[in-house]
Amino acid sequence: VDPDRTHPTSLSVRTRPLSPNIQIYRPQLTSVLSIANRLTGLVSSLSAVGLVIWLSAAASGPRAFSVVQGAIASWGGRIVLFGCTFAFFLHLCGGIRHLVWDSVHGLKLRAIYASGWLVIAASLVLTLGAWVASLIVGG
Amino acid sequence: LSRKDRRSPLAAAAGLGSARYGSGAWWAQRVTAIALLPLSLWFAGEIIAHTGSDYGAFVDWIRTPLTSSLMILLLIGLFYHTALGLQVVLEDYVHSGIKFAAIIGIRVTCLVLAVVGVLSVLRVVFGG
Repeated sequence: VDPDRTHPTSLSVRTRPLSPNIQIYRPQLTSVLSIANRLTGLVSSLSAVGLVIWLSAAASGPRAFSVVQGAIASWGGRIVLFGCTFAFFLHLCGGIRHLVWDSVHGLKLRAIYASGWLVIAASLVLTLGAWVASLIVGG
Repeated sequence: LSRKDRRSPLAAAAGLGSARYGSGAWWAQRVTAIALLPLSLWFAGEIIAHTGSDYGAFVDWIRTPLTSSLMILLLIGLFYHTALGLQVVLEDYVHSGIKFAAIIGIRVTCLVLAVVGVLSVLRVVFGG
């Protein structure tokens, strides 16, 4: 017999059971998108900081503005901005999905999977569409 | 917005949900989310439409009343939503004594960034 089990105060001494860690679950669309909504929110927080840097550079004058614009237009800047664009659209589409759920709609399993794939497809289309439109305007 | 309890009187009397301001923060996150849908899409569209523009074009753009108004609303909604979202993440993963300090830090940082952003817009609009 485990001595811990017979001791009357053992409950407070023994480590309490923990819920299973996330590592033991096979990734599913539902869990991946849930985590992605948080991650893209964090990335978008950094984008918001970038927005303020861009605006304050503009307020400082044309020289500071051109430095920031140059950084954005560089290859590294474009790659970062592309990532920020995708994070923004994924968070936006995922957010709409959450708002629909909050109105107690689309909570059947089939609908949850359908809206999950729709969120991924819509974010990809919006990201690529935005960059193609930007390249057409910018030449 | 964050302090108003939007539970039904029955739910509040029965002690359902948050004991403090949780339901207020939950509502504010969704209200700012809905406000940010048109504001952020408008901003994305404007940025795309002004690809490759120089400083003069930027100043002309932001000086129109519609643009400066929407930019300021975007900054307020964005940093309100950011502060609420980051607080939820902190509350889920940080359980030590720094949680309180971290939440205050997030709120102060978001407030400062929103103020700097709004003042930057106003400086370009009203600057010489």
